[in-house]
Amino acid sequence: MTTPDTQTTSPQTDEPGRPASSSSNFGDIVRAYIARLRGGDLGSLPAVLGLVVLVIVFSALRPERFPSAFNIANLLNQSAAVVVLAMGLVFVLLLGEIDLSAGFTGGTAAAVTGVVMTEHGWAWVPSLLTGLATGALIGTIIGLLVARLGIPSFVVTLAFFLGLQGVVLVIIGEGGTIAYRNEVLLALNNDPMPVWLGWTFAVVGLALYAFLTWRQDSRRRKHGLEAQSVLLWTIKTGALVVLVLAFVAYLSMERSPNPTLKSIKGVPLVVAIIVALLVVLTYLLDRTAWGRHIYAVGGNAEASRRSGINVARIKLTCFVMCSTMAALAGLLIASRNNSASPTTGGGTFLLYGVGAAVIGGTSLFGGKGRVSNAIIGGLVISVIDNGMGLLRQSTGNVYMITGLVLLVAASVDAISRRRATASGRA
Amino acid sequence: MTAEALEPSPSGAATEPILSLRGIQKSFGAVHVLRGVDLDVRRGQVTALVGDNGAGKSTLIKGIAGIHGFDDGDYLFEGKPVTVHGPRDANALGIEVVYQDLALCDNLDVVHNMFLGRELGNVAALDEDAMEARARETLDGLSVRTLQSVRTSVASLSGGQRQTVAIARAVLWNSKLVVLDEPTAALGVAQTEQVLRLVRRLADNGLAVILISHNLNDVFEVADDIAVLYLGSMVAQVKRADVTSNQVVELITSGRFGDMGLSAQAAAQVEEDQ
Repeated sequence: MTTPDTQTTSPQTDEPGRPASSSSNFGDIVRAYIARLRGGDLGSLPAVLGLVVLVIVFSALRPERFPSAFNIANLLNQSAAVVVLAMGLVFVLLLGEIDLSAGFTGGTAAAVTGVVMTEHGWAWVPSLLTGLATGALIGTIIGLLVARLGIPSFVVTLAFFLGLQGVVLVIIGEGGTIAYRNEVLLALNNDPMPVWLGWTFAVVGLALYAFLTWRQDSRRRKHGLEAQSVLLWTIKTGALVVLVLAFVAYLSMERSPNPTLKSIKGVPLVVAIIVALLVVLTYLLDRTAWGRHIYAVGGNAEASRRSGINVARIKLTCFVMCSTMAALAGLLIASRNNSASPTTGGGTFLLYGVGAAVIGGTSLFGGKGRVSNAIIGGLVISVIDNGMGLLRQSTGNVYMITGLVLLVAASVDAISRRRATASGRA
Repeated sequence: MTAEALEPSPSGAATEPILSLRGIQKSFGAVHVLRGVDLDVRRGQVTALVGDNGAGKSTLIKGIAGIHGFDDGDYLFEGKPVTVHGPRDANALGIEVVYQDLALCDNLDVVHNMFLGRELGNVAALDEDAMEARARETLDGLSVRTLQSVRTSVASLSGGQRQTVAIARAVLWNSKLVVLDEPTAALGVAQTEQVLRLVRRLADNGLAVILISHNLNDVFEVADDIAVLYLGSMVAQVKRADVTSNQVVELITSGRFGDMGLSAQAAAQVEEDQ
């Protein structure tokens, strides 16, 4: 894509270099997309392809179990905590930083919420907010240590990883658990939405998407700026409508093993939470100065500082965001397990979160990543976990395969990065 | 010990200088870096600032940009004495500096880089359309037609194009004086040509330009005025037409040439001090 630097000699008067009008027929769209891929701008494509392959393989091996609506809903609930954690981690990864303590930040938040709710009888709203505030507080301390004192985030969060593990043990007591009994918190990551609500969200959401993107395109065209062609808009919107409606329809079917006893149907509630987070966080990253500055700091901190961006404040806010999301992730685990325990947020949780972000296409070098990466990567990890479980594979094999997938994802990132540098699309 | 024989200001100086420095002094600890520097920069002209390594070029422009203050001397901008305490003050006056390393974010596109840190819009939303339109306008105004799209990421640009973006960013803010630090240092022949043409265009558009360069070919190609720093003293500010390349080389290396530059005693004195 790089234009040669031969500048035409005529000085001022020529027609100014307007961008070539955007691709308007199907062939152009495909060609533009392939050119982007060849330039090394793979985005989430490898992860999406991997996800599709995994789903096909597991569906072929366990056709009666894996693709069933019951299992898909179950899988979504299983993946929710890792996805939300990874969404938070994207913010610190974008800066080129890391938060190793995010898992136990979630555990601490789940424990604190459990204590105030179950032991002190608080209502669910203040309990939930207290948990999230716990995360925000931890993030503030980490952020201050990293941004103001300049301690590497690896070390700060390693210390918090150890320390918070201790905090959870102290709060809950060794071998203890705190039961979650509140209906609403338990519903978060267990219950489906009523069928009508799932359809309402889907239709309203799709209509909003179609309307807003259409309005943006026509506004850009009116201002003489490059905009996606009507055809591309139609393809994107159409594909999204089909996918979303098929998804909602599939999950709106009865999936209870014994429908006469208890009917289970509808999109899991947690899906609505994740979609809402996706929209809000993507908006923050793409459309606000704060988000822009996050990418800038991750791309070139010195240039950002000279441009007057408050680099320390950007770092601090990203750590607060990450830890708050981690707290929510911890609450989702507790909701799923009906309790908080000293192991909540431990084990492979954090590393799955980082892995999910990286598999989805977020770079550990900073400056590159999206919130949607977390969802795709989190689904890949959960599908492996879930599918291999159905195949009665040992945990050892699951870890090995997950490790392999992460390695492949990191290689894809490295190779596409090299191509991107060669073709200049980092 | 300061320059005693400054050439008279260029005879064709119809306009008042936009920037005038008089008797600028700057020391870092015991090191006396700038020893009474005088400099005049005019609108619509490219003033080349030349000098050997360690002559004080960087110190001088960092002082102009407000990165550090001068110890002594007068800093007049548009005829009025001003105090510049930081880069923000300089920006507010209409002074922009393009540093050698350009300070661009590779992962962001051209528009984002041009508005980095000064985005249009409000807290809730950036005004992408306005930024893109204004970026295009600015690039068109500079007759930059080597950029295919202002939405390509800066990483994909060549050295010359990156320099172009950095310069366009500097003129985006209705700036009056643009300081360019070695804009062609890392460029090939064709790209150097392209950037020099852009530098010339800035001046033709009415901006005052200070061009720092080691390359006298570049200087003689675009500069109207040549200011020579020698060991912290401004030994000459002359019109390009009045000197030859050899004379400038002599001024850079020994601080004097014929009746230009320092007197023999002064030159010996400065050398001794070093």
